[in-house]
Amino acid sequence: MSALFILVIASLLVATGFLVAFIWSIKNNQYEDFKGSSWRALFEEK
Amino acid sequence: MHKADDTAIECHHCGAHCQFGIVTFDNYPFCCEGCKLVYELLKNNDLCNYYALAQHPGLQQIKPSTKEKFAYLDDPQVQQKLIQFTDQTISLVEFYLPNVHCSSCMWLIEHLNRLDKGVLESRLNFGKKTVQIKFLNAETSIRKIVSLLSMIGYEPYISLDDVIHKEAKNSSLDKSKIFKLGIAGFCFGNIMMMSFPEYLSDSISTIEQHYTSLFRYINLLLSLPVFFYSASEFFITAWKGFQQRFLNIDAPIALAILITFSRSVYEIISHTGAGYLDSMSGIVFFMLVGRVLQERTQASISFHRNYTSYFPISVSIIKEEEVSTKQVSELRAGDRILLHSDEIAPADCIVKKGTAFIDYSFVSGESTPIRIKENELLYAGGKQISDTIELEVVKPIEQSYLTSLWNHFSFTKNKEEENKRISFIPVLSNYFSSILFAIAFLTAVYWYFVNPNFILPSVSAVLIVACPCALLLTSTFTNGIMMKLLSDHGLYLRDASVLEQLSKTNHIVFDKTGTLTHGHYLKKLSEYASLNDAQKSWIYSVALPSQHPMAKALCTYLGKQEVCPVSNWTEVIGAGIMATVAEKNIQIGSKGFINAKQDVTEANLWIAIDGEIVIAFESISQLRNDLPSLFSRLKNRFQFSLLSGDNEKDKALMQGIFPKEAILQFGQKPLDKLNFIEGLQAQSKRVLMIGDGLNDAGALQQSNVGITLSENINNFSPSCDAILDAKQFGQLPNLIKLARFSNTIIAITFFISILYNIIGIGISVQGKLNPMIAAILMPTSTISIILLTTGLSYWGAQHFFKATTT
Repeated sequence: MSALFILVIASLLVATGFLVAFIWSIKNNQYEDFKGSSWRALFEEK
Repeated sequence: MHKADDTAIECHHCGAHCQFGIVTFDNYPFCCEGCKLVYELLKNNDLCNYYALAQHPGLQQIKPSTKEKFAYLDDPQVQQKLIQFTDQTISLVEFYLPNVHCSSCMWLIEHLNRLDKGVLESRLNFGKKTVQIKFLNAETSIRKIVSLLSMIGYEPYISLDDVIHKEAKNSSLDKSKIFKLGIAGFCFGNIMMMSFPEYLSDSISTIEQHYTSLFRYINLLLSLPVFFYSASEFFITAWKGFQQRFLNIDAPIALAILITFSRSVYEIISHTGAGYLDSMSGIVFFMLVGRVLQERTQASISFHRNYTSYFPISVSIIKEEEVSTKQVSELRAGDRILLHSDEIAPADCIVKKGTAFIDYSFVSGESTPIRIKENELLYAGGKQISDTIELEVVKPIEQSYLTSLWNHFSFTKNKEEENKRISFIPVLSNYFSSILFAIAFLTAVYWYFVNPNFILPSVSAVLIVACPCALLLTSTFTNGIMMKLLSDHGLYLRDASVLEQLSKTNHIVFDKTGTLTHGHYLKKLSEYASLNDAQKSWIYSVALPSQHPMAKALCTYLGKQEVCPVSNWTEVIGAGIMATVAEKNIQIGSKGFINAKQDVTEANLWIAIDGEIVIAFESISQLRNDLPSLFSRLKNRFQFSLLSGDNEKDKALMQGIFPKEAILQFGQKPLDKLNFIEGLQAQSKRVLMIGDGLNDAGALQQSNVGITLSENINNFSPSCDAILDAKQFGQLPNLIKLARFSNTIIAITFFISILYNIIGIGISVQGKLNPMIAAILMPTSTISIILLTTGLSYWGAQHFFKATTT
């Protein structure tokens, strides 16, 4: 049963990782300009 | 020059029909030299990809701007205000580019460094239409960059009043709300998961004691950021209200959160129960979702502008025979200034040299240009439409006639706060809180006599279950969705409080010029015979190149004609056009210009061929489409008024479309309009004002809801509560219906949430509320309410708009 301890902690850690990623993506202005970013990805550099 | 049937050819750069002949370059057609020039520039710098990304992405270049226009950008004081960051070598500026509209625009602007080597990086935010440009101080300057941007068709909108900067800051503030939301969501989900064994613990007894307490302590740990960070704004607003001795809507919520949290902490630490942390974080999460949804506003639309946004930043000033630039805010009485064509007078002035043809439509709504002679007074806000004139400043802008309107007290009140104060939500929540506290008290009294041990659990359970979050959720979600639906149909609201006010209005006041009418059409006077085909094509060829509205109306009247070669074409601004076609001398213009002897009072456009008058027209204001049906659909609920800055020439026309009992007022100055609306409000009418110009600004501000009609929502419109896309004007009755429907939705969902509350309270007064029931009741009630309000809103939008679109 002690496996449950480890699993609970591990699941929380993974979830926290995603939370941190979410916060980082906001701070990095990734939700600021959807249209612009999607177009920029398709521009070809010559 | 090519022939007339070439009009179907589209300019390679801007996509406009090549009406004025074709400029061919590189085997591509262009509508004007300006467009060709931009193409040439882009081609020389290997930027033709611009044309590959979207069809005809460019902007028409017909009006070249003057070189001196941006001279003020060399002024260090101006630069200081614009530059966001600078060191010895590099500077960073941000501009707002209203003309950005497609992926090609974005591509070109982000490749600015190929056109100007001094630019290090340019990055566009397409949603906000702002560009951040990093450049080398030694290689280029703000003036060069701005001139380049205007040359390729993206003239930045530069304003020194910091409205734009403030709005940019607001959006970064919103980020903290998203953080709070994200953290609340994370904690809510995990607390729910950790609580599952607890919910099922009655039936499954195998769960061991130390696991139970492990899960409980993890929950407690997870609830800390929810309580201290995510929920903080509820506590702050509740506390602020409390300090002003005012129970606002956040007070009962803050109380519910506080009680739930303390009771849960007590239960967990004393090992008496699992607490209600799942419910608490759920409440916080859903409340935050609702608020973020409601406050999500249009980033690129501005609702808070005053007259300074319209005025130039600086003007050309003459001092000891030399021309320099000076900031408008530093103008003093006695300064001599130059006003170029299409510039707006920044102060009350006396005309010293030149002929002034002033368009005051901006200030008064009067659309016919006025001629002002030398030594006569010209008011601030008038736009010069003929050549450059010399003026002497009489009163600086702060004391001018135009700005005296802004000193009126109606501009000092904050409409947003006012709307919130008179909204029905606080009233409802007041009743709600009172009833809730009464029930809690009665429960306490009951258990005091039956079993005093149950007082604390049952009273706290009542307060936990019956927090007014359902009420707030219904309003925030409905408002948020409605604002999105309305903006899909062309009505952009400043904030959610406008929605409720809009649904309460019962009197509509219209402005005339630009609102009910747009442009003119021509009516031939019966005294003259019709033109023959040759005459039609001569006149068409002469009128076509002119930008004057009357000339455009004339072309529309004539319909498409063959274009003949034209020579000696001259336009006398404010008077007329003349040219030679097929060896005939054609004159188009005012009575004085043609030298007409006949006296026909209604006529205001005359045409002469070889000195002989062939035809005369009366110009009639062009009404917007759907006006009669608009009135018939609105008249059950609304009374109408018309306030026009114009003279009475359109009175008969207006009487024809307005219902009989409507009040029609002409010759109204901005302050008259404001006072008229105040008068209506004194009769306890709730006024919806629909206007378009700066002359309506006072009325828009004074009215309960002020809507600005705009041909292009990214243009600048006066300060208002909402902006309506002019193309959607005919949809106004539907938009109002939809706004009113949102109240019905709130009422329905509120009723259902009360039912949930009765069930919840019914259980909790008996002291039977266990975490399992709380955990089921809370999310089901919340989610069902969210689904219901969303569904009803979309159904309403479909229902109201289907009737007219099919």
